[in-house]
Amino acid sequence: MESNRSIFMQGCRDGIPIGLGYFAVAFSLGIAARDYGFSAFQGFVSSMITYASAGQYMGFALYATNATLIELIILMFIINARYILMGFALNQRMPEGTPLRTRLLVGSCITDEIFGITIARPGVPTPYYSGGALITAVPMWALGTALGISMGNILPARIVSALSVALFGMFLAVIIPPARKDRAVGLAVAVSFVCSYAAVRLPLISGLSQGNRTILLTILISSLFAALAPRKSEQDTGKGGESDAD
Amino acid sequence: MQTNVYVYIAVMAFATWLMRVVPSLVMKRPISNQFFQSFLYYVPYVTLAVMTFPAIVEATQSPVAGAAALIAGIIAAWLGAGLLPVAVICCLTVFILELFVH
Repeated sequence: MESNRSIFMQGCRDGIPIGLGYFAVAFSLGIAARDYGFSAFQGFVSSMITYASAGQYMGFALYATNATLIELIILMFIINARYILMGFALNQRMPEGTPLRTRLLVGSCITDEIFGITIARPGVPTPYYSGGALITAVPMWALGTALGISMGNILPARIVSALSVALFGMFLAVIIPPARKDRAVGLAVAVSFVCSYAAVRLPLISGLSQGNRTILLTILISSLFAALAPRKSEQDTGKGGESDAD
Repeated sequence: MQTNVYVYIAVMAFATWLMRVVPSLVMKRPISNQFFQSFLYYVPYVTLAVMTFPAIVEATQSPVAGAAALIAGIIAAWLGAGLLPVAVICCLTVFILELFVH
């Protein structure tokens, strides 16, 4: 049995590459936030407590249009609705009787990336792991935002460009190993790539925000595979994570 | 009238946090419905795949470098590389290719 402390340290370790990727992305978020009138301190605070890339970007942009709080709340609900799907996927892997506190803590750690590594880790999701990753990664997200606001173009564009794929690299490390092991997952990933590409081009659906396209495609494709390639019950917990194993 | 910026930031953070914890508040046990179970099994892979492509190609200065990073990342992950190695391989692929493209 691993101690909570060592699980926490694992989370911190896996949070480092996420934090580095965040730093680069947050830097460009900061450059945008400055244009919308946010100070470095305000950017730092909002990144520390919100830690949601697309959501913050849209939130900053909306602020510049003198939007009301109601508009802001509706926008946040829509753009971050994918977190609901992720939350359900994580809670599905927690046994009955898991304390509400544990569920809330794991849920509170959800970002695209931390969800990815939490779900890839075999076994029941634990706040020690997700929390370790969150505590490591989010300060770098906030620092990147503040630096982006205060000194916009200090990093050469070439470096920013290279760093910007770090997060996608981590996504690949999460989805490809299970795709290799389970043909249905592999097919689902391939179909997702194709549909996602098509969705950016097709009229109507391409008009949706990226967050909404993600939700729509996730629901459609996951439903399709749930219908065509259903899982036998109780076999899905702890599946699919050699990417993250020691 | 413009809302106080700190109130605005606090509301943004709270609304985002609510989205994260709604399932934790309503779910008391794993859902046994087979369709829903299967649906949730596929959700992570589909979501992350949708978010990766074509975004990775659009993130870089040169789309060719982004596409190469995608292929390099898939190969590295297929061969069993972990989170950090795959991320570094993708970054290096872009960095090296963009030295030539620009």
